[in-house]
Amino acid sequence: MDRTGMKWVLALGLIIGSAGRSAAEELQGSLQIKGSDTMVNLCQAWAEAFMAKHPKVTVAVTGGGSGTGIAALIGATCDLAAASRKMTEKEIAASSAKGAVPQEWTVALDGLAVVVHPKNPVKQLTLQQLADLFTGKVRNWRELGGRDAAVVLLSREVNSGTHVYFKEHVLGKTADGHTREFAPDALLLPSSQAIADEVAANPTAIGYYGMGYLNPKNVAVGVAKAAGEPSVTPSEEAVRSGRYPISRPLFLYSRGAPQGLAKAFIEFVMSADGQRIVKQIDFVPVQ
Amino acid sequence: MRWQRGRERLIEGAIWVCGISSIAIVALIFVFLLKEGFALFRVVSVGAFLWGRHWYPISEPPQFGVLPLILGSCWVTAGAVILSVPLGIASALFISEIAKGWAKEALKTGIELLAAIPSVVLGFIGVTVLAPLIKQVFHLPTGLTALTGSITLAFMAMPTIVSITEDALTALPRGYREAALALGATRWQMMNRVLLRAAGSGIVAAVMLGIGRVIGETMAVMMVTGNAAVIPRSLLHPVRTMTATIAAEMGETVRGSDHYFALFAIGIVLFVISFAINVVADLFLHRERT
Repeated sequence: MDRTGMKWVLALGLIIGSAGRSAAEELQGSLQIKGSDTMVNLCQAWAEAFMAKHPKVTVAVTGGGSGTGIAALIGATCDLAAASRKMTEKEIAASSAKGAVPQEWTVALDGLAVVVHPKNPVKQLTLQQLADLFTGKVRNWRELGGRDAAVVLLSREVNSGTHVYFKEHVLGKTADGHTREFAPDALLLPSSQAIADEVAANPTAIGYYGMGYLNPKNVAVGVAKAAGEPSVTPSEEAVRSGRYPISRPLFLYSRGAPQGLAKAFIEFVMSADGQRIVKQIDFVPVQ
Repeated sequence: MRWQRGRERLIEGAIWVCGISSIAIVALIFVFLLKEGFALFRVVSVGAFLWGRHWYPISEPPQFGVLPLILGSCWVTAGAVILSVPLGIASALFISEIAKGWAKEALKTGIELLAAIPSVVLGFIGVTVLAPLIKQVFHLPTGLTALTGSITLAFMAMPTIVSITEDALTALPRGYREAALALGATRWQMMNRVLLRAAGSGIVAAVMLGIGRVIGETMAVMMVTGNAAVIPRSLLHPVRTMTATIAAEMGETVRGSDHYFALFAIGIVLFVISFAINVVADLFLHRERT
């Protein structure tokens, strides 16, 4: 290479170098968010708004269930895990053992709607009745004042945070401290949308999912804490005030203290803009 | 001269590596599967795993009873076989013995096309069309049943069964047909008593490979069978298959947890079953050749 060629290379290098420096002030790169199916639409909406603000950033959102996201966070194959349940101590220990103590943010609130077909006359249930239904103790709608027809239980797969939350908070524990199990003949459907579709098509089905999936073809039953207490249908107000018995916080988890892009994203989520999106997607904002 | 010999040896070596690598990969997969799967049996006994009636992998304490899953796979597969084998053999007979000219070509292509439909698409049709139909026809509480899975899977096994059976029939010498007809047999007698019998081992192999295809199928089954881990009592109940369990739960498990090992243990069971099926198919294919 002769001298002039050398000069060109140097000049080119300088141009590229300076271009890189000026872009570094802007956010760029890619962010992987994985986890809760309940939160997929929400995270996607956040991601789109975030990418619109920072055009050089790509945010990839995938579902699969809270457990999937947390497993991916522990395995370092995603930057943020979306979870509709808290990480278990086991999971936190597994993550800490790999050198990253996960940090938690409560980013939205969600009411779990228990849904039936619009033609089902049963419109109110107590938590106890729900537990009896989903553990298989009550097998016919007649026992709850409905038609004489077998109950079809619809649940999410075990990788779903919704499944775990429902199991812990509705099925509860037996006297000797074991968590009660879903009836083995409950259908485990792979997505909340699948439950919404099956409930819409089946007058004897009962299922549950995050409030965001409520639609005109499903009716949310009112839930009472105990017999004799007023039953409450899931609404934003009822969830925020804590009157609705089956509501839960939604979380984002990061590996250790979030850096750079992850930090900016969480700041955006917690901002007024981010929380406005929460409301648009039919969840309940934290503030 | 020496250079040429060297090159020859190099190429031979490369081909040898290619040939051996597929075997090596299978062996490695098997070793990995065994290593991960057997780790479960430090916690749960083999008997409790194979004969346990409850699959509650995320409970405290978890229960890893795989019997409902094995039976679920068996019911769905049996249903699919009952539906697809007679249909498949009949179609193969029709294509190879009766259909002429363009009809033969069109049918062959059509059945090969059936093999090209992705399983998710079949699953989707199963959920939206078949499941409501089955619910209505049998007055069931839900249409997501083993039968729905069997019908969906029958469509997947058909192309395998038809094309291998048809190959077996076509490979029979012309003399068989001519001799049968010359002895005064009708065409149906010729097909039923001579051809089907002569091609018997090929047909068994076709059925076995069809079963292999069905038992390993995941996506469509997960969509249409309802995935309830109960011991199935009839084809009209929801079932959960081994493949659907692995697919639905693998994403969630933490590497190295008991649940993770349990899914690999299911993998071993599946591997053993499909290995046995393939061996049987292979035995029959070889018997045909000699």
